[in-house]
Amino acid sequence: MNPRRGERLMVPEAEFQSYYDQPVIKPPVWKVPDVPAYLYLGGLAGASASMAALADATGRPSLRRVGRIASALGATASVGALIHDLGRPERFLHMLRVFKPTSPLSVGSWILAPFGSLAAAGAASELTGIAPRLGSVAGAGAGLLGPAMTTYTAVLLADTAVPAWHEAHPQLPVVFAGSALASAGGVGLLAGAEAGPARRMAVLGAAVELGATELMERSIGLPGEAYRTGRAATVLRAARALTAAGGVGALLGMRHPGSRVTSVLSGLLLNAGAATTRYGIFEAGMQSARDPKFTVVPQRQRLAERGAAAPDNHHH
Amino acid sequence: MTDNRLAGPLDDPTAEAGYPADHPERVGFFTDTSICIGCKACEVACKEWNLLEADGPLDLSGNSYDNTVGLGADTWRHVAFIEQRVPARDKPQVDLGMPGPGPPGGTSQGGDRDDRDATDVRWLMSSDVCKHCTHAACLDVCPTGALIRTEHGTVMVQDDICNGCGYCIPACPYGVIDQRPHDGGAFKCTMCQDRLGDGLAPACATACPTDSIQFGPLDELRERAAQRVEELHERGVPEARLYGHDPSDGVGGDGAFFLLLDEPEVYGFPPDPVVTTRDLPAMWRHAAGAALAAAGGIALAFLGGSR
Ligand code: SF4
Ligand code: SF4
Repeated sequence: MNPRRGERLMVPEAEFQSYYDQPVIKPPVWKVPDVPAYLYLGGLAGASASMAALADATGRPSLRRVGRIASALGATASVGALIHDLGRPERFLHMLRVFKPTSPLSVGSWILAPFGSLAAAGAASELTGIAPRLGSVAGAGAGLLGPAMTTYTAVLLADTAVPAWHEAHPQLPVVFAGSALASAGGVGLLAGAEAGPARRMAVLGAAVELGATELMERSIGLPGEAYRTGRAATVLRAARALTAAGGVGALLGMRHPGSRVTSVLSGLLLNAGAATTRYGIFEAGMQSARDPKFTVVPQRQRLAERGAAAPDNHHH
Repeated sequence: MTDNRLAGPLDDPTAEAGYPADHPERVGFFTDTSICIGCKACEVACKEWNLLEADGPLDLSGNSYDNTVGLGADTWRHVAFIEQRVPARDKPQVDLGMPGPGPPGGTSQGGDRDDRDATDVRWLMSSDVCKHCTHAACLDVCPTGALIRTEHGTVMVQDDICNGCGYCIPACPYGVIDQRPHDGGAFKCTMCQDRLGDGLAPACATACPTDSIQFGPLDELRERAAQRVEELHERGVPEARLYGHDPSDGVGGDGAFFLLLDEPEVYGFPPDPVVTTRDLPAMWRHAAGAALAAAGGIALAFLGGSR
């Protein structure tokens, strides 16, 4: 066991006041699995598109193929999950009614729309063999937008009053980027003899996903507790196990690249891990929104620090 | 160009939103909770005027006389009730003929005599509402443009634009706006936009029998509120304090602010709310950094050489 954990448990429960334990903020009305799936699929699609574009540029047709298919399927399913989550799905196109730099969901929609179109065009060309040049151009375009696809969703969560998300805004994009690399690399393992780059992506991504999640939970103060308790803790434990197992599987494959079973299994584990990580982070946010402690206590501390800095600011 | 577009003091959010210089003055609410009698006339008047449905089946919450529990898609005014046992005082703070402690006909009238001799029961009542923030997170994050700043400086949802994405809901630092389940759209207080246009005060302020809810130009309300706190302090109510009046607070000051008799969190308010988009530039910087690192990581994976 980690000795730091033990120390943390010794800290007495923070005292705070609330209105009949009611939440101060409204918990998101976003649905499961829609929104966790939207987060995971967008990341998978983004990193897959970049992988496919580089595979195209370096003459790896099998890797390009799985990458393009994954990016198109991921983007389409991500849009589908987003639409399904809307309270008024028939008004989905209102997302593109304006471009609002202050809204990560607006910015994200303006990344997702061209990305999805380019990824779909690349995959269509790949599957039909029609217009391979255009397919490459579309694939390159999707590949350029890919990295943005992996992290805008982190800003989407962080730009809320939800303590476990907002306070994690420096670390969350790193977690999401790592997780996206792991899942896309996991899909790329299916490319057989050309899977080398995907394997390295998978291992790197899994390591970043595991490390950055741990770091995030530890560096955000009290809201970090929302990641270490309740359902979020259970889900994130499962996510860690899945990602670690998938990462080890991908690593073993570096020595013995022949085994298809190991590759498929590792890819599945990595993708299950990435999806579960998103779900765990989603749950942690929900928990931190439902319990007024996570809103009141850090704000109180902030006020106390400010009051100590400028004592005349406050009455009493 | 305007500074402080995302956070910080902002004199005229209406002009910042693009209205011409001759726009109407910014209006707001000053809710003086020290004279609220908990009659809920505001809740009822709001429901009536805005044709809001019941929130659900009639239910008792157990939270004193508050069975509404909180603001929501169909509750745009909400009266909070807090029963506190406080040390006995020699003089009542603000005597408005408050009802006695405990539920009517309940046991607390008889029992507990020793305890009641040593303490008074203090009853805090407060009518909550959308704060019509100077920097409104709900408005900032809305991707469709459904949420707008009105010509009166208030914040309003245009129902025909809202696609029910739900983003505004966890963005609000006060937990105000919510989704109407069977409709999918987001709803909250409009400050009776339809009445404002006709030169009328909002329904809640009109119905309030004690003037606990005061409506008017925000500047005037802020002055009046400052006087009222001073007056209460002089009358021996040192715990009176304003909440949401300060243009240098985390949301640039509220269009609807309050006089409270205890810490904000006792009433269910966040003690130090901050508009989440204050940190948006930092968020995008971190996200861009991570995206570039992801691109670099993928490129490195292809440089490994072996297949
Ligand atoms: S209180 Fe909440 S709903 Fe009202 S304007 Fe401010 S952020 Fe929007
Ligand atoms: S639910 Fe409606 S009002 Fe709220 S952010 Fe989405 S589109 Fe805007």
